[in-house]
Amino acid sequence: MPASRSHERAKARPAWIPGLLIAAALAIPAAPAAVLADGGRRSPDDPAWREECGSCHVAYPPRLLPAQSWRRIMATLDRHFDADASLEPGRARGIEAFLVANARQASSESALRITGTGWFRREHDEVAGLFSSAAVGNAANCGACHPQAEQGRFNEHEIRLPGGNKR
Amino acid sequence: MNKILALLAAALALGGLPALAADPLADITVAANAVPGFAGFSAERGARFFRTPGGSWSCSTCHSDDPRRAGRHAVTGKPIEPMAPAVNPRRLTDPARVEKWFRRNCKDVLSRECTAQEKGDVITYLRSMGR
Repeated sequence: MPASRSHERAKARPAWIPGLLIAAALAIPAAPAAVLADGGRRSPDDPAWREECGSCHVAYPPRLLPAQSWRRIMATLDRHFDADASLEPGRARGIEAFLVANARQASSESALRITGTGWFRREHDEVAGLFSSAAVGNAANCGACHPQAEQGRFNEHEIRLPGGNKR
Repeated sequence: MNKILALLAAALALGGLPALAADPLADITVAANAVPGFAGFSAERGARFFRTPGGSWSCSTCHSDDPRRAGRHAVTGKPIEPMAPAVNPRRLTDPARVEKWFRRNCKDVLSRECTAQEKGDVITYLRSMGR
């Protein structure tokens, strides 16, 4: 009977094949599911966000702006701070969902620029003069003082001010 | 089981061999051919276009005057890898990627999309560069 023959074949399948498949799947290069964030919290990662948002500037982690700000930014990508950053609609929707799901919990804030948010100004009030210095250039150069910015880490203990001073 | 193995092999092949993707210049050539008077692409014209400002920017503003070297984003200062395939072989290998960046950057520089002639000239120029 065909059914029982098929069953026999299935039983004869070498036991190591599933293990091999799992090993092969694990070997496929993939972005890490999450990277360490401030204070050891996990910062969510998303390959499309990292690639598309990280081309022209640091891929700013979702937690830096509230959901409302991310929605407005994603709705105006064709004129994104004087540059065209437009995306294919499906890809934009996926990135927006990631940003909104992991956004800052701050209902009163709606700034489009991270530097325009209250928390950013408070955190940087002592060092704002450094932004336009030769070593930094502008406030978008997070990595000048936050060496792990590309990994989404802005931990206070990891800050290195230009000139080698630890903060 | 064989189906799964075949799918896995296909996934590995697709992920590991991007060089097999179509040539970004192919569709651009088809579009250029449709324009009356098209007489081929020119590396020399591409080189001029690359350095000619539309408004305040040219391609070279962010991509460096020498595309074999790294550039720097004019606003954010983020380093941009070299555009010349001779020194950065991943450049100009993915048609969708090439179209996406031409669409965006031409609007930033020229306030319009680039023509097929302009795109083909620039690709021809970048590919003509040695190391």
